[in-house]
Amino acid sequence: MSETKKGYARPLDLKHGRVDLTHGSGGRAMVQLIAEVFARHLGNDYLAQGNDGAVLPAPVLAGKPARLVMSTDSHVVSPLFFPGGDIGSLAVHGTLNDVAMMGATPLYLTAGFILEEGFALADLSRIVASMAQAAREAGVSVVAGDTKVVERGKGDGVFITTAGAGVLPEGLELGGARARPGDAVIVSGSMGDHGVAIMSQRENLCFDAPIVSDSAALHGLVAAMLATRAGLRCLRDPTRGGLAATLNEIAVQSGVGMMLQEQAIPVKPVVAAACELLGLDPLCVANEGKLIAICAGADAARLVSAMRAHPLARDAAVIGEVIADSRHFVQLTTAFGGRRIVEWLAGDQLPRIC
Amino acid sequence: MRYIDEFRDGALARILAGKIARAVEPGRGYSFMEFCGGHTHAISRYGLADLLPPALRLIHGPGCPVCVLPIGRVDLAIALALKQNVILCTYGDTLRVPASEGLSLMKARSRGADIRMVYSTLDALQIARDHPQREVVFFAIGFETTTPPTALAIQQAEREQLANFSVLCCHVLTPAAMRTILDAPAAGEGGAVALDGFIGPAHVSTVIGTRPYEFVAADYRKPVVIAGFEPLDVMQAILMLVRQVNDGRAAVENEFSRAVSREGNLKAQQRMAEVFELRREFEWRGLGVVPDSALKLREAYAAFDAERRFELAYRSVPDNPACECAAILRGARRPQDCRIFGTACTPEFPVGSCMVSSEGACAAHYSYGRHRDVH
Repeated sequence: MSETKKGYARPLDLKHGRVDLTHGSGGRAMVQLIAEVFARHLGNDYLAQGNDGAVLPAPVLAGKPARLVMSTDSHVVSPLFFPGGDIGSLAVHGTLNDVAMMGATPLYLTAGFILEEGFALADLSRIVASMAQAAREAGVSVVAGDTKVVERGKGDGVFITTAGAGVLPEGLELGGARARPGDAVIVSGSMGDHGVAIMSQRENLCFDAPIVSDSAALHGLVAAMLATRAGLRCLRDPTRGGLAATLNEIAVQSGVGMMLQEQAIPVKPVVAAACELLGLDPLCVANEGKLIAICAGADAARLVSAMRAHPLARDAAVIGEVIADSRHFVQLTTAFGGRRIVEWLAGDQLPRIC
Repeated sequence: MRYIDEFRDGALARILAGKIARAVEPGRGYSFMEFCGGHTHAISRYGLADLLPPALRLIHGPGCPVCVLPIGRVDLAIALALKQNVILCTYGDTLRVPASEGLSLMKARSRGADIRMVYSTLDALQIARDHPQREVVFFAIGFETTTPPTALAIQQAEREQLANFSVLCCHVLTPAAMRTILDAPAAGEGGAVALDGFIGPAHVSTVIGTRPYEFVAADYRKPVVIAGFEPLDVMQAILMLVRQVNDGRAAVENEFSRAVSREGNLKAQQRMAEVFELRREFEWRGLGVVPDSALKLREAYAAFDAERRFELAYRSVPDNPACECAAILRGARRPQDCRIFGTACTPEFPVGSCMVSSEGACAAHYSYGRHRDVH
């Protein structure tokens, strides 16, 4: 007589297995996926409790009550793996950076996965491991999660939504409506690396030196910037829509204009070259490891030199200034000598034909 | 970027700007049309207006491929994609051109049409190979620059006997458009300015050479300077045009000699001639019906002609009456003269085709130059 092993389940085939609908149906298969993929990489005391939510301590900073900052971001990227990262690390960095741009120290993340039936478990495992590593490096824990599976053809492999929470000391106020004429506009490094890395993968463009995404967690850099006590007004990470969209947003929110110097804006030669080929404007291309700072003009030089001491902002530069302009134009003096507007992008960038 | 940055050098630009300012004769105005959208883009993108003397006026011409595409042609492509269930492939900007019933190819896609952006005709061929059970139509638009790749794709499809591949040909010809502008009775009337010369096409001229423009100088006594698409190219061409006007000369000169010869690319011309023949007439947005101004597939390649394969009948559709694109494409009006510029018509919601591509006069002015408008 055969004896059934108690609680035994054949381990997931992480080499050749694929996501199927049972992995999202709430039964044993789902529990197994959570245990062998998610908990294996992301496991911590909060997740181990296995409750519907995580109980977190009230925020305190240096012994004083602090404020809570929350943000959320959904990640859909094709290809899922790209030079310099993957959707897993991106889902961690993207949300942490949104929290960090408020000046907060990120502490916790949650992650929701929408998986497509047929998605390779090996790829999923690789993505979750990459998330775990990114979270570890950033010093945050993933404290809650969720998994859903959609039928084949109704997803694009995997979509990841992360939410992040962090703590912000009393008295620190950063925001898009705080820019004033005379303030300096600062970027932490070269523009367009992430978007061009993705596009060149999509279009199968090969360059002598591969273009690598700049995906990175920026809260360490933000902490170093805050330590200078420079008059910071606003921090933003120029993701979708790039520098152009972010500065236009701030100009509208603050009711000001901006005047930029094209020559001061760092763009890597290989990124500039790829943009020429693909018909893109690097100022409208996404970044995932860069920030824009608006800061009191008098403090700008001091802030930039502190930024340059940080490994994620070696190429930090003042690229322009905030000006009074009732039309809220972001203008640019071109390297050629003329002036133009830096406009929001209308929809996706599409290549010109001529 | 070597070989590109040299043509965007600010110090050289200032030297050329000084030369142009000194060459301009006091009390005299100079109006030059840059035919190509590529030039319009460069002029706007680099802020050239700030480097030129006020006596010099640049008029944006019709050489923007998506701008001159009439609504009826986009309607044909949309009908193919929505009703005939084909995979429709085309170049980037074309996706946003406004068509009838508030549609565009982009909007048709959200209604379920299978429309794909390609960088090259070779991509369209590959899609046809990958989907042998589907009809794949390449919506071919553009001037002589994009025509040879379409010809090559059709010949390749014939060699491979790709029976599911065809082309909706909307290729148009530059010299015919220039002649239409020169013949336009409106020139000199109704706010339109008489042209003093042309900044001639860059990429088009690499294919057709400079010879096809000689009639402009010989018959119409207007100077033409073929120029590259970089901002220093444009500045140099302007200086050459000013000098011709001052000397009372009208000649075809070639600033873009690093890529353009008098005869052009003979191989490319041969492929075009093998596959295409002149259409008797073709409707342009802005210019109206222009005789002998566009191409269609020769009888020998009829099997690859989407118009014949799907028995498409062209129907002319009038532009939105508030839209001034037609006058703007002829150089008779400026974008900021249009009542709906920047209000009802913006790059997000283009009413007219000139607001679609950043090489369209309206989109270029909106995106790069509207800070100069004083209200």
